Amino acid sequence: MSDALLSEVTKAELAHRGWRTVKDRAFGLTMGVGGVTVIVALVTIFFYLLWVVLPLFRSAVLTPAADIVLPADVVHLSTNEHGDVVFTVSADGGYRFAGREATQALAEGSLVPAGARVASGVGDFRSLGVVALGLDGGRAVIAKPVYRVSFPNNVRTVHPALAWPVGEAPIAVTARGAALARVAVTTTDERTTIAAADTDGRLRVVHVAPGEGLLLDDEAPPLETTSVEVAQLPAVPDELLIDSEQHELYVLAGREIGYWNIRDKEKPKLVETVQLVPPDVDVTDVRFLAGGHSLLVGDSRGRITQWFPVRDDANNFRLTRIREFTALTKPVREIAPEWSRKGFVAIDAAGVLGVFHTTAERTLLTAATGVTEATVLALSPRADAVFAAGAAGVAKRFDLVNEHPEVSWRSLWGKVWYEGRSAPQFIWQSSSASSDFEPKFSLTPLAFGTIKAAFYALFFAVPLAILGAIYTAYFMHPTLRAVVKPSIEIMAALPTVILGFLAGLWLAPIIESHLIGVFLAMLLMPLSVGAASFVWPALPAGVRRAVPAGREILLIVPLLIAALALALAVSQPLEELFFDGNLPRWLSTELGMSYDQRNSLVVGIAMGFAVIPNIFSISEDAIFAVPRQLTTGSLALGATPWQTMARVVLLTASPGIFSAVMIGLGRAVGETMIVLMSTGNTPVMDPSIFQGFRALSANIAVEMPESEVDSTHYRVLFLAALVLFLVTFLFNTVAEIVRQRLRRRYGNL
Amino acid sequence: MKASFRHWLGTGSPWVWLTAGAVGLSLVMVFGLLILIAANGLAHFWPAAVVQFEHRAPDGTSEQVLGEIVEHETVPASRVRAAGGLVPDGATTVERVLLKVGNRDIGGTDFRWLPRPELYDERTPADAVVIERSEWGNLYGFVREVREGGTAVPGAWRAALAPRLARRNALHDAIERLQVDEIGAVNHELERLRLQARRDGANEATAAEKQRLDERYAALMDELAKRHAEIGRDTLLFVTAAGDEREIPLARIVRVYTPNAMNVGEKIAHYGAKLWEFVADEPREANTEGGVFPAIFGTVLLVIIMSIVVTPFGVIAAVYLREYARPGPVTSAIRIAVNNLAGVPSVVYGVFGFGFFVYFVGGSIDRAFFADKLPSPTFGTPGLLWSSLTLALLTVPVVIVATEEGLTRIPRAIREGSLALGATKAETLWRTVLPMATPAMMTGLILAVARAAGEVAPLMMVGVVKLAPALPLDGNFPYLHLDRKFMHLGFHIYDVGFQSPNVEAARPLVYSTALLLVVIIMSLNLAAIRIRNRLREKYNGAET
Repeated sequence: MSDALLSEVTKAELAHRGWRTVKDRAFGLTMGVGGVTVIVALVTIFFYLLWVVLPLFRSAVLTPAADIVLPADVVHLSTNEHGDVVFTVSADGGYRFAGREATQALAEGSLVPAGARVASGVGDFRSLGVVALGLDGGRAVIAKPVYRVSFPNNVRTVHPALAWPVGEAPIAVTARGAALARVAVTTTDERTTIAAADTDGRLRVVHVAPGEGLLLDDEAPPLETTSVEVAQLPAVPDELLIDSEQHELYVLAGREIGYWNIRDKEKPKLVETVQLVPPDVDVTDVRFLAGGHSLLVGDSRGRITQWFPVRDDANNFRLTRIREFTALTKPVREIAPEWSRKGFVAIDAAGVLGVFHTTAERTLLTAATGVTEATVLALSPRADAVFAAGAAGVAKRFDLVNEHPEVSWRSLWGKVWYEGRSAPQFIWQSSSASSDFEPKFSLTPLAFGTIKAAFYALFFAVPLAILGAIYTAYFMHPTLRAVVKPSIEIMAALPTVILGFLAGLWLAPIIESHLIGVFLAMLLMPLSVGAASFVWPALPAGVRRAVPAGREILLIVPLLIAALALALAVSQPLEELFFDGNLPRWLSTELGMSYDQRNSLVVGIAMGFAVIPNIFSISEDAIFAVPRQLTTGSLALGATPWQTMARVVLLTASPGIFSAVMIGLGRAVGETMIVLMSTGNTPVMDPSIFQGFRALSANIAVEMPESEVDSTHYRVLFLAALVLFLVTFLFNTVAEIVRQRLRRRYGNL
Repeated sequence: MKASFRHWLGTGSPWVWLTAGAVGLSLVMVFGLLILIAANGLAHFWPAAVVQFEHRAPDGTSEQVLGEIVEHETVPASRVRAAGGLVPDGATTVERVLLKVGNRDIGGTDFRWLPRPELYDERTPADAVVIERSEWGNLYGFVREVREGGTAVPGAWRAALAPRLARRNALHDAIERLQVDEIGAVNHELERLRLQARRDGANEATAAEKQRLDERYAALMDELAKRHAEIGRDTLLFVTAAGDEREIPLARIVRVYTPNAMNVGEKIAHYGAKLWEFVADEPREANTEGGVFPAIFGTVLLVIIMSIVVTPFGVIAAVYLREYARPGPVTSAIRIAVNNLAGVPSVVYGVFGFGFFVYFVGGSIDRAFFADKLPSPTFGTPGLLWSSLTLALLTVPVVIVATEEGLTRIPRAIREGSLALGATKAETLWRTVLPMATPAMMTGLILAVARAAGEVAPLMMVGVVKLAPALPLDGNFPYLHLDRKFMHLGFHIYDVGFQSPNVEAARPLVYSTALLLVVIIMSLNLAAIRIRNRLREKYNGAET
């Protein structure tokens, strides 16, 4: 019976033990899964940032989509926004709207009235899809495809039609009647400018604008026309181009381009004639880049060069060669700019297509298309489809994936020559009201701002924190130390938004009105302490006994406050005496240093304040942990306390102090609210202490909520965050490794 | 002398004194800053004297000005001269006073810098009143009479005003309640009904329900109009120091007081009332007046939700790293990495939260569960939940590090004793080690809360707003609205101090908000330090 009882107990016991093992396993598993999850979640941060950033550096992808059928002799092709309706113009003036595969016409007809003969090629202005044709009798016709979209039965249907910016009837450009051999047009809602050269080489410009006058309801306002003869050219020019502002006219003849200013409607003026290519090379195509400011010139060597007018020292505009693209090797046949970005595609005689971006100076792709001797090359407005047609009747459509051409290593970190600027520059300007805007994504000024902020902060914080740590760890009385150390350390927890607010709204105005006092205080405070230490031993012993060694600080604090008060009190009288009462103005008039109220000095003090606790705390720990036998040995050998400090303790603790500075640097680099609130946040690159800046972190905080998701701007901001992440992670890791090695070394001592 | 100087340098004492100077300066800055915030933040609620001057401008014109002196400042004489001001002979600097003159809708500006030499005949009239209004800021001047329905109430204006102001406040509260609670609830129901109808198609039940709600809405609107009419009954005739007369509707008046006639007791009572208004009331006037209650509420709720998320995960990760993960280079690398994540800038976490939580996770949730509300996003937009999660991620390294430190400090003997008695590893951890490490976890959590409460940069991307229309917690199902945007004390400081149209008027309130935040965060940190010290003492005892 006792056996049976025993076995019962054992069974229950065993079952219980089994249950306990299961619980143990489950607990271990929960901890394992949970722990790994948290670690994975933290690692995810890095990989997610990387995942968002990577598409920036991807090349473009071109995939053949379809062979398309085009009417004979197509000279112009454009599409609607979605690229699903194709508009073509033939050499005889016939036009056709067709579906994406171009098989069936949705609408067709002729742009020119019956009996008229087309004498020129197509002058087109890509970003609006406008075409111009020169006719016999000195006339020209201008048309523009428009697409109306409706949704019958929830099916998107496009209704293409033509609009006539200056009327459907041909407009007379020359009175003498010679046929127009070249024609160019630029049109906006307000006005239209047409330039045309007839077969005799006579070049005329016509401005058309809606006239002033009473507007009747349905009637279009009458058009007012100004026509002026520009020049009698020796021969028919090869190409005419008018910029989007309708202020400049370019006339290509052979290798030379004439740059005319037609801003004055009555008196066009030739600015200069520029040789575009060397004598042994021919110009094969000239196009405007989107925005109509830059010219793209393709030549017979396969090079494409970008030109735009640049203001020189004498304030004159000169057409200047900015950059070139050499990815194509055969003569360039056609260039097609994107509609809204500063990119373009080009095709050479061998049918190799290149995808380029001018600002980023980037060749995103070169690919063989099989369309040799191309005559037509076009991009859809969204730059997601390329159409190429060759002389041999081959026409193809390609799908193009090219999301972020604006960014390259060079455009992020290097100097870039932006349109309209007089020299290559570092600029951060992510958005603008204008649609022709060239985004300027140079991270250099922002990184410069971050470095500048960190530099001034550390310049202020490092001496204070390390000297303070030396005193607290080594010379201060232990009871005082127990109070002083946590008081300084707790400041690390002070919300930086408060420091930023005080720096921006309280400190900045004080510094501006007491600038001399601030610099005077920096001089006066150490001097007064030095003087005190000199005078102190000479004082009677009774006085000295009141403040024993290790408590000098009780004496020094009032002294510092007095020095500071004195410096601030004499500041304004001094300013009145020597600087006409306004030092900031004096600085800018006499020394040419402009003064921002929220400048780097303010940031240096405020952010220095924020990093002092970090640096102080870690250096203090490192100094305090220096093994006692080292210091006692040194003192026993007759060294003074300061000699022991400087030659033994500091040397031993220097890795710890180094790691403290690295941690401080990491914090200064990533700090956001202080730099956001106590600088003007203008991305200038000026090392002056009296100037503001824009830091990477502040830039992210300001622009992130407004950026469009997955746009280039959004990804560039993620890149800025990734840079901050990597930099601070690097600093902290170095600091941590140094600190661990130091700890081991102390252990060995 | 020369020898003694060299000797003096040789002793090294100047260097020691210099290092002492560095500590001294750091301390001066630390305490100076705290005193600055405290002094400015607390002084704001004290009823300052209203001073009247005769201002004689250099061009010969003279006017009466009345207001509170906010600030004194000295300016170099030439700057004053350049601005056309009056400088007494021989003076190098001139004193200016910043006078809060209020009356923004009458005089245009409510703050004026006036040079002291141009001010004459300073006095503090006992009957000068300060009228706090619900919009357009304070009025400074004198009360002529109180009117009811357009006719003057006989007797002293003070006696006439008190009951009428009480009536106004009661009506005002009733209107608030009507607008926020009752009409808000009806709107909430209507919105729910609209979405339901969109999802299931309209049917009779919903149509009837809608009919009922519409009627209720109309009834409430009627009542609201009636209350508005009632509150508009009384007015107050007010005169500025310059003699301008205005009739002010009592509906717009929050408080009327005569600081020059108050005794200390009254001033303390006034101070208490203002302080209470600050912590318990809604902000007025683009956040430059009134209280910061929604911001306190938002901050606290944010931190609570963050704590609920961060504590278990942080503790589990720490237990895993310390007790289960095999010690080796990988574990120590992970440990260093976790440590360093605490030093990664908070704005980076904000960017991650914005991209990952808001658009990636939130967008997916919306597509899966709230498709009927699209395209207006529910969780695919910054909000309370995403802010809490972002801050949880930001602070989880703090909790891990603190908990691990606590676990390390628990003596081996305790673990070994438990295991030797036959307990499994889980039992050892659960019954002995973890309870002993609770103070460490608390420390970690408190530090995490302190850090989270002060962070602003990441919140600017993931859900904080300057003025939230509704609290994230209310009486409508599901009560806690994790998708709502919220207000936050730290962001309030940034927004009011830097984005406000009237920074001068907002400044005192920003100081008060800053003080509140400092007090909260400092007490949390002090608590953490105290717990940590206690913990250390406890286990230092156990080790020996």
